[in-house]
Amino acid sequence: MPWTRKDLVSMQDIEPAEITDMLDTAESMKEIATREIKKVPALRGKTVVNLFYEASTRTRTSFEIAGKWLSADVINFSASGSSAEKGESFLDTAKNIEAMSPDVVVVRHKASGGPALLARHLKCSVVNAGDGAHEHPTQALLDLLTIRERKGHLEGLNVTIVGDITHSRVARSNIHGMRKMGMTVTVAGPPTLIPPACQEMGVKVSHRLEEAIAHADVIMMLRLQHERMTGGFIPSLREYSRVWGLGLDRLKHCRPDVLIMHPGPVNRGVEISPEVADSQYSVILDQVTNGVAVRMAVLYLLAGGKAA
Amino acid sequence: MKLLIKGGRVVDPANGLDAVSDVLVTDGTIAKVGKHLKAPEGTEIVDAAGKVVCPGLIDIHVHFREPGYEYKETIATGTRAAAAGGFTAVACMANTFPVNDSRSVTDYITAKARVEGVVRVYPIGAVTRNLHGEELAELAELAEAGCVAFSDDGRCVMNAGLYRRAMEYTLPFGAPLISHAEDATLSRGASINEGVVSTELGLPGQPAAAEDVMVARDILLAELTGAHVHIAHASTAGTVRLVRDAKARGVRVTAEVTPHHLVLTEDAVRTWDANTKMAPPLRTKRDVEALIEGLADGTIDCIATDHAPHALSEKEGEFDQAAFGVVGLETAVAVLLDRLVRPGLLPLATLIARWSRDPARLLGLPGGTLSVGTPADVTILDPDAEATVDPSRFHSRSRNTPFAGWPLRGGPWLTVVGGKIVRVASRRGAGVPPAEANP
Repeated sequence: MPWTRKDLVSMQDIEPAEITDMLDTAESMKEIATREIKKVPALRGKTVVNLFYEASTRTRTSFEIAGKWLSADVINFSASGSSAEKGESFLDTAKNIEAMSPDVVVVRHKASGGPALLARHLKCSVVNAGDGAHEHPTQALLDLLTIRERKGHLEGLNVTIVGDITHSRVARSNIHGMRKMGMTVTVAGPPTLIPPACQEMGVKVSHRLEEAIAHADVIMMLRLQHERMTGGFIPSLREYSRVWGLGLDRLKHCRPDVLIMHPGPVNRGVEISPEVADSQYSVILDQVTNGVAVRMAVLYLLAGGKAA
Repeated sequence: MKLLIKGGRVVDPANGLDAVSDVLVTDGTIAKVGKHLKAPEGTEIVDAAGKVVCPGLIDIHVHFREPGYEYKETIATGTRAAAAGGFTAVACMANTFPVNDSRSVTDYITAKARVEGVVRVYPIGAVTRNLHGEELAELAELAEAGCVAFSDDGRCVMNAGLYRRAMEYTLPFGAPLISHAEDATLSRGASINEGVVSTELGLPGQPAAAEDVMVARDILLAELTGAHVHIAHASTAGTVRLVRDAKARGVRVTAEVTPHHLVLTEDAVRTWDANTKMAPPLRTKRDVEALIEGLADGTIDCIATDHAPHALSEKEGEFDQAAFGVVGLETAVAVLLDRLVRPGLLPLATLIARWSRDPARLLGLPGGTLSVGTPADVTILDPDAEATVDPSRFHSRSRNTPFAGWPLRGGPWLTVVGGKIVRVASRRGAGVPPAEANP
């Protein structure tokens, strides 16, 4: 189908057919990474601005590589050391950047709704690279691509997302995306880290790790932010790790073909043991590789390319 | 100076009147209400056929931002917004800069209102110094200066022991405490209601319990002290239930509700429009239904706008950084005529009672009726006027409304204060009645 969307702000907004288009396009992009000369002229003469208001290494680098392999000019703008520190408002900064005629603005912001605000005000395309606890759509797309590659399909699979769902944009984007692709999603964690009315998003909720992962085709472990203790969400990292950490012993009761995923950065020894992170079940590094392909597809489609 | 309002449907709940009648005003007071009144020589005649004539509407909860935040609103612009919206009197909250926690600030507000205002302005004093919730403000002097109630509105007095003392200390003044009921430990960091919308949007939410816990506390303290506590901007079904039960036990508790909490739910936040962000937040359909029921049966005593002007720059950025609050004076009457009265959810006479008779009784203000001999504050409504809400035409200095673009039927038509028709376009000070002290 022809691509008509100006922005990619959330997985909640988009249609299943669009997800399939993006995954198919990403798949065709993967070949470029295997070439000796990793560059195609698809976005030559186009400008991509990475507007990052929150620290990020993986996502920003991934977008930067994606843009460069497509021959776009990629400019990185981070809030520290910029006019944002001098008190310029988010909207003013964005409008100033727009005045320099970029084709795509990739934005990461600590405030939920930041990219939606930009998408409303800017004429160029806006890609959400993670906003507060709202969404992180390219992460969900790369997760779906990774699962589809390994399993051959998406529909009917059982996915369990474990950990701090309340503060996770990755969980929200994946819940929307996976539900749209016909997957069954269970979220698991202590009740303080499961957001209220979560079931209304179409997921099952579990407060017991063994039970939640027993039938899972995919287990996605989320990073636990250390500051959650001060908010009274958990008593200690030690207790969290003992109750909710994924070690090899717990994997014994899982399906033999289970996939272990993690959006990174990993707290080894907290939510996931090093043995599991490095095991044959783990696809954590495939996720990173697929991240570049997915972001190439997103930039390509938003900047005017046709779906594969 | 005489005025005859002819042929309107006169709705005066305080006198149980709802009939086509004339209202004659002389020397700033209601002289006569009846059919086919004769106009004495020199009387200005207003043809009110097809209109609804009612006691001047009173909004007991506005923020006029003066002194200190004049870029958001002033007493001059705020009172014009009030008059344009059909209000003849307002009570303004204490969270100015400096805070209205001393006589000099109260005097300043009163003096400004006398010179520049076009409707009556009743100041509300702070409960605690600088709204810090630590020591009592000089409450006796504030009462003497004309404060009609006490409130730290915008913040909750979290210290129950101090709030109890405030209730006891103010007992002799006959002025209630107005509670911004919000347990700050349950609402910390929250921008919106806690529920499916906060979960989907990834915005921190505050549960209804953040309000209910404090309403329960305030009711218990009112019971302990015998004081009158008024719950500002009720937003939850729990508040309605708690207030209803307390009233049945004879506790001196009253409550108000805003138009936005009566017609909007948390679903409105999905637009990411910061004009859907206010404290307390928009709640659920179940809460809205309970609020309407409470307003109809008298559990909730009055409607108040919580008119909270903010500059565009304070509302256009990231949602979690945006200021709390919305303007309400110029949309309130039209919104409720269209969304509550027209669909039959609330009788017109009840709407008028909750906006005139009942708030006047609650704060002991003159007005709220068309009884002969009372000040001639009259609001005339046009039930058939059709208009689309256009913030660029507001008289308020601010535009932060969640109702922009709403097509509404019914609205204010003419506002009479002290027997004079208020022309909102009038220049500074023209035809301004003085704010009257508590009788």
